[in-house]
Amino acid sequence: MPDVREDYFSAAIKEALDEELDRDRSVVLIGEDIGIYGGAFGVTRGLWEKHGRERIWETPISENSFVGVGVGAAMMGLRPVVEIMFMDFIALTIDQILNSAGKLHYMYNGQVTVPLVVRTPGGAKGGYGPSHSQMLSNLFVGIPGIKVVAPSTAAQAKGLLKSAIRDPNPVVFIENKRLYPRRGPIPSGGDFTLPIDKAVCMGRGTDVTLVAYSAMVPVCMELRKAYASKGVSIEVIDLVSLQPIDTETVFASVRKTGRVVCVEEACFTGGVGAEVAALVADGCMDVLEAPIKRVAAKDVPIPSSPELEKMVLPSAKDIVGAVQAVLDW
Amino acid sequence: MLQPSGLNPNITTDRDMPITTDILRSCYRKMLLIRRFEEALADLFAQNLLGGTSHFCIGQEACAAGVLSAAANTDYIVSNHRGHGHLLARDLEPARVFAELLGRETGYCGGRGGSQHMCAIDLHFLGTNGITGGGIPIATGAAAALKYQGKDDAVIAFFGDGASNQGTFHESLNMASLWQLPVLYVCENNGYGMSIPVGVSTSCPRIADRAAAYGMPGKTADGMDVVNVIDATADILEYVHAGNGPALLELTTYRYCGHSKNDARVYRTREEEAEWAQRDCLERAAARLRDLGLEDAEITAIQEDVRSEIDAALKTALASPCGDESHALGGVYA
Repeated sequence: MPDVREDYFSAAIKEALDEELDRDRSVVLIGEDIGIYGGAFGVTRGLWEKHGRERIWETPISENSFVGVGVGAAMMGLRPVVEIMFMDFIALTIDQILNSAGKLHYMYNGQVTVPLVVRTPGGAKGGYGPSHSQMLSNLFVGIPGIKVVAPSTAAQAKGLLKSAIRDPNPVVFIENKRLYPRRGPIPSGGDFTLPIDKAVCMGRGTDVTLVAYSAMVPVCMELRKAYASKGVSIEVIDLVSLQPIDTETVFASVRKTGRVVCVEEACFTGGVGAEVAALVADGCMDVLEAPIKRVAAKDVPIPSSPELEKMVLPSAKDIVGAVQAVLDW
Repeated sequence: MLQPSGLNPNITTDRDMPITTDILRSCYRKMLLIRRFEEALADLFAQNLLGGTSHFCIGQEACAAGVLSAAANTDYIVSNHRGHGHLLARDLEPARVFAELLGRETGYCGGRGGSQHMCAIDLHFLGTNGITGGGIPIATGAAAALKYQGKDDAVIAFFGDGASNQGTFHESLNMASLWQLPVLYVCENNGYGMSIPVGVSTSCPRIADRAAAYGMPGKTADGMDVVNVIDATADILEYVHAGNGPALLELTTYRYCGHSKNDARVYRTREEEAEWAQRDCLERAAARLRDLGLEDAEITAIQEDVRSEIDAALKTALASPCGDESHALGGVYA
């Protein structure tokens, strides 16, 4: 039986990396300032001292090429875990993710696999501004060949990252700056892994389904508690896997509640929530009691001012409004 | 106008090892195979038997044949969009390369990859790549893995003059030098990035000079002369194999055809093309073989042998089946 301790989400990521580095010599870390500095958010702090430069490939500021280096190393049998310091910087790496990581296994007819993980923190946290704040999960909707995973708790962060590293496919692993300092129970001591392609029901309910991921999950869980005291039963589904989407778990919930609100921090247009809404409309039309609502960031860059930022991000109030709308329909 | 003589003022080959008749004969055959392969492909396009596009390497055959002749068979190859020469020089079966281009199940990638996305991992061929400069970081990562795994092999990354202006070139050469990786970057400078002459796109007249910025050796060789390519590659690859880190080899060459199949070559003159054709790698190799004592009849026999190999390969490929729907839709994830 693994022990369970309470620690930060960021500590859970570090523990997963540390354990996988210990377990498998083919695991290497690649990224900027992940050595003695410990990463921009301190996630890798201490790993350099323990595992050394042979396992931790600290890179120049060359995002596209060091993701490509990860692809090449993965083709040769390594399991590189690349850190992209802020999710916005992933724009610099899209060529290697889209055209190499996602396509090589298919286009080379199974002759190679690309067991690459690209970890990156998305999300706004008060004042980082337009180029350091966006949740860009929507960029990866519709890129075949890659998996996209977004944990919402410390335990998930650890169990999912360990599984992502062991997966034979490229995985974009979306962390969140607001989740890093959140604490939660973390199983440690055993070999704790979680399936990376399964959504998770975080709290049962019968009236409305909230489908969320990443840092919007704890927001939804808070609301669920508040609604319970008012006699409204909310079910919260944490998507966990943004690609592929676990329709079985989502549909099972919708078949119970008949009402759905998709909640995410990415822009409203063309997001994961839009995809879930389309899937639900197609798969559960017979049980829907109300139109599917979406709550997301406004289609606006994230402004630098923390006050302005709040106006762009999805808020608890937005979710309450959407829940009310589907209940009142 | 691109002057063949003006393009490579500083060709250097330090080696004093003479190329044997066997090696030269083998390279001649390979270059011929590549040219006949490309010509057969052009015919297929003309007959509408091929869709999409292809980037022929006619004129540049000495680069592929020479580099891979000097390389060890276990060295890994990363190629680019103009990769048929590299594939054939690495001894992929012409029938299966044709089959891949024709989209058949028997192709190296079952028809999923085609010209610009062909891989033969058993032969350490890590793939052609349709994104200009996209293979350069992959080659760098493969070299990093080889070093990490303690293996003696090197990686050879082929790309063109156009790719040397991509960020991946700069980023990768910088990293490879910092990490002392076993990778040879081979720039086939054919004078044009699609329609744009090197002088218009590239701030540095000799691409090999860029190596200095990354603290690695850079060398230019005559990519129209297979002997010069072999000598230069052997020299520089010895340095890479010895664990000294990466190096950059520029091969000055010329593609006789357009960039891809529908290129009318309005951006250059027929006179320029004729001037380069006088330096044809096949003609020069044949002349050297004659100097080494080969009879004309032997050269003719090689030509006939290659012709029949290509004919047979194409026939085999054309008779091969296409994959089914499960092949088209499956295999996205491992």
